[in-house]
Amino acid sequence: MSKELHYKSASELSELLEKKELSAVDLMKATIARTKEVEDKVGAFNSYDEVDALAQADASDARRAAGGSFGPLDGIPVGIKDNLAVNGQPLTCSSKMLEKFVSPYDATCIEKLKSQGAVLWGRLNLDEYAMGSSTENSAFKTTSNPWNLDCIPGGSSGGSAAAAAAGQAVMTLGSDTGGSIRQPASHCGVVGLKPTYGRVSRYGLAAFASSLDQVGPLTRNVKDAALLLQAISGHDERDSTSYKVSTPNFLEAMEKQRGHKWTLGLPKEYFATAADTPAMKPVLEAIEFYRSLGCEIKEVSLPHTDYAVATYYIIATAEASSNLARYDGIRYTHRAEKFDAKDSVDIYCQSRAEGFGEEVKRRVILGTYVLSSGYYDAYYLKAQKVRTLIRRDFENAFKEVDALLTPTSPTPAFKKGEKASDPLSMYLSDIYTISANLAGIPGMSLPCGYSDGLPVGLQILGKPFKEDELLSIAHEFEMAHDFKDQHPSL
Amino acid sequence: MTEEKHIDIDYTAKLARINLTDAEKEKLSEQLDSIIGYVEKLEELDTEGVEPTAHPHPVYNVWQEDEVKGELSTEEALKNAPAQRDNMIVVPKVVD
Repeated sequence: MSKELHYKSASELSELLEKKELSAVDLMKATIARTKEVEDKVGAFNSYDEVDALAQADASDARRAAGGSFGPLDGIPVGIKDNLAVNGQPLTCSSKMLEKFVSPYDATCIEKLKSQGAVLWGRLNLDEYAMGSSTENSAFKTTSNPWNLDCIPGGSSGGSAAAAAAGQAVMTLGSDTGGSIRQPASHCGVVGLKPTYGRVSRYGLAAFASSLDQVGPLTRNVKDAALLLQAISGHDERDSTSYKVSTPNFLEAMEKQRGHKWTLGLPKEYFATAADTPAMKPVLEAIEFYRSLGCEIKEVSLPHTDYAVATYYIIATAEASSNLARYDGIRYTHRAEKFDAKDSVDIYCQSRAEGFGEEVKRRVILGTYVLSSGYYDAYYLKAQKVRTLIRRDFENAFKEVDALLTPTSPTPAFKKGEKASDPLSMYLSDIYTISANLAGIPGMSLPCGYSDGLPVGLQILGKPFKEDELLSIAHEFEMAHDFKDQHPSL
Repeated sequence: MTEEKHIDIDYTAKLARINLTDAEKEKLSEQLDSIIGYVEKLEELDTEGVEPTAHPHPVYNVWQEDEVKGELSTEEALKNAPAQRDNMIVVPKVVD
């Protein structure tokens, strides 16, 4: 039974639950069994709480028995990235700084999932504080790519992508600051969607770079991504940057837009560098597929593409240095036992020296530098101005096309350790995903093929608040291919 | 990047409130120097008269009533404190 269950989609499982052909408790038991079966190989979870998950599933069954189901997510296990607050559960951000932290409240997206009956399942590994592209920066463990255990799953939502790919959760939540949902989704062969900035509340997401961060779904198919995005979207007064826009019914919109002849843009700067790499083949084939549907394919230009990584690493590290100032060793974090008591700030400095890992130190110090007196205008203000130019590039492109098609990542998943010693080359692996965060537009990664047995993702970038269009475009491809039914052998 | 180092690592680490070992200082200052060298390519662009973007879809004048909602109890708020006594966080003495 469990073999059949663990790769079923949320919509299929939802139907089985609704018809009472399956109980939420049995589904949760199967999910736990699958998690344990492959976790030694995959290593997606920082922790999980079986008793709590089974109690949530039991409550879901009781609701359904009483005729009061909360809807399509009721009883569906959803894995949670370990930087989202779930009341009473650990929230480590894969950092020693928060190793013992237990969240005293729910993030808004978690509150929403609870109110819709989803079973919150486990704490998924990430690069410490979501800073990284391989999940190797976790203070606790290395997560493996389920398709090739010698490779990284991508990052920073590597645990979320690997767990979804390995059938350890029906779907998962991640967060995306520069590609942290889309890049691991592409490396693990799952669907990942970064919503428009402001679509989903950031309340209860441990802040990395507040003007770039968004929470979003990682799932094994496009409809499930729509379902999970639906569940977490909406304005929230506790996040003043969340937008007061209505949330469309994504599944209905997908149905209505079926067969629409989209105008799709290929940013020439993205293809110039990547044209002849093996990982490009599936992407080019996907583009041909859209052409064969009658979509118009147009070359467009995003002239400031080459400046995106530099802009991003100034803005993201500046915001991080400010956001991470709260981890001070005083109120709720790790505190150093030995420090220089004569120096009133040494308790902070030593607690942070012990609590933060190497990449976090690197970014906090870089962020501090670009904000420091005498450098602010040259780096931070300059980067914010270039951000405007990058945003305008997209605005101009979207005057001509409905959405853009690009590779999600320059290469498939790389080997563990390969880029660990060279931060800049790791940063450059985010080259295709970063601009969407700077421009605040939605982006998604869709499995479109393989290169050397490793999954390759097609990235679709859309207009602000047009996630429905991204989902529709992705769904056309998914319906004509069987990638969603291909799984790693574990 | 062969010229003088961009970053005064001692000063910046102190501002960031992070103690670094000598080995960390050496490694970080080299890596940060190459990253800073890379990000300086932004100087190539003319941004005269360009408005800076702080947020991609700015929202202005977000007001709400100043009222207490969803507060934590003292016990809950202190649950994660590294040291506590009598409903307060214990910190080392900083003044004599």
